Amino acid sequence: MSPMSKIVRTITKFVYSIIIIFGFYIIVHGHLTPGGGFQGGAVTASAFALLLVSYGSLASKKFVKKDFLSFLESSGLTLFIALAFLGLGTTFFYNLLANSGGWFGNVSSVGINPGDMNTGGVVPLMNMAVGLEVLSGLGVILLVMAGAMEFTKKKENL
Amino acid sequence: MISNFPYIAVIVFISLGIYTLIFNKNLIKIAIGICLIENGANLFLITLGYKKGAVAPIYTMAPAGQSMVLPTPQALTLTSIVIGLATTALILSVAMMIYKHYGTLDTDEVRRLRG
Amino acid sequence: MKTKKIIFGIAFLLFFSLILVSAFQMRPFGEPVLSEMDDYFIANAQQETGTNNVVTSIVFDYRGFDTLGEATVLFTAICAIIALFRGVSK
Repeated sequence: MSPMSKIVRTITKFVYSIIIIFGFYIIVHGHLTPGGGFQGGAVTASAFALLLVSYGSLASKKFVKKDFLSFLESSGLTLFIALAFLGLGTTFFYNLLANSGGWFGNVSSVGINPGDMNTGGVVPLMNMAVGLEVLSGLGVILLVMAGAMEFTKKKENL
Repeated sequence: MISNFPYIAVIVFISLGIYTLIFNKNLIKIAIGICLIENGANLFLITLGYKKGAVAPIYTMAPAGQSMVLPTPQALTLTSIVIGLATTALILSVAMMIYKHYGTLDTDEVRRLRG
Repeated sequence: MKTKKIIFGIAFLLFFSLILVSAFQMRPFGEPVLSEMDDYFIANAQQETGTNNVVTSIVFDYRGFDTLGEATVLFTAICAIIALFRGVSK
């Protein structure tokens, strides 16, 4: 892909960090507001898509490397399974940390409330793990398919 | 009649998808048909869980005194959406590799050029 | 070739008409029939898991096995895409 015009590149430079921060907000507040790991990961991956389209495929690889994203994806899935094994004393996927008073362990007030960040037990940690996996996985798909598109175009011109 | 309108929208989505799958030979159009069927199934799941006059099942700053829609179809639709995304990415990748090897996306042409 | 297309067209029209009839015979929109499980989730999710968002508590706590399978499917698809394009993109 060839890079787009200077206007698009300048707007991208201002906007992409805001999109990434908004995606992280959706991931971290997944147990209080609409959203969660999958949705926030998809929002963050859309920032990668914006970078890829506006700068072209080669320049975008300076920002994010494919191997690093692949490592993040594997570590996200491993963290998710490890959090699921954490409650194996009772049963698989048991919410060990909820209402325990420790990490994310405050007792949530029942009914309509403004929301407390420090509740939810294992759920916010699983949100972060799945969000890490989804954002890096979609980033890997975008990078790999963009590189292969360049290759396919060269083959077509022969 | 008008109360059944979402079901009719689901029927239109799924029928258009199956029509595309039957009568088109292009791999990209087949991928579009599969996407249409997925969207119809997701819309059907969401439609089954809706309750009239209810709010989203989230307690943070919710309006007081209102019932909430059923949360389980929404969770399963979230699962379905992510699986559909992975499947679509895999279909498009295979279509790209077929185009690189055969130079065409027509399924009849691909079958004729084998061997 | 043409008869095949006609047969496919007739089968498609039959399928479309049957599914349209079933759409008109569904229950009216907006009145779920069986909701005991969802009522339990809405009533007890805050005490049991401490989350305000009931959908998230179902996705990651009550039905965690679904999410595990979903994450595995996504991971497998990404592995397949990387293996398909090996050596193509650097």
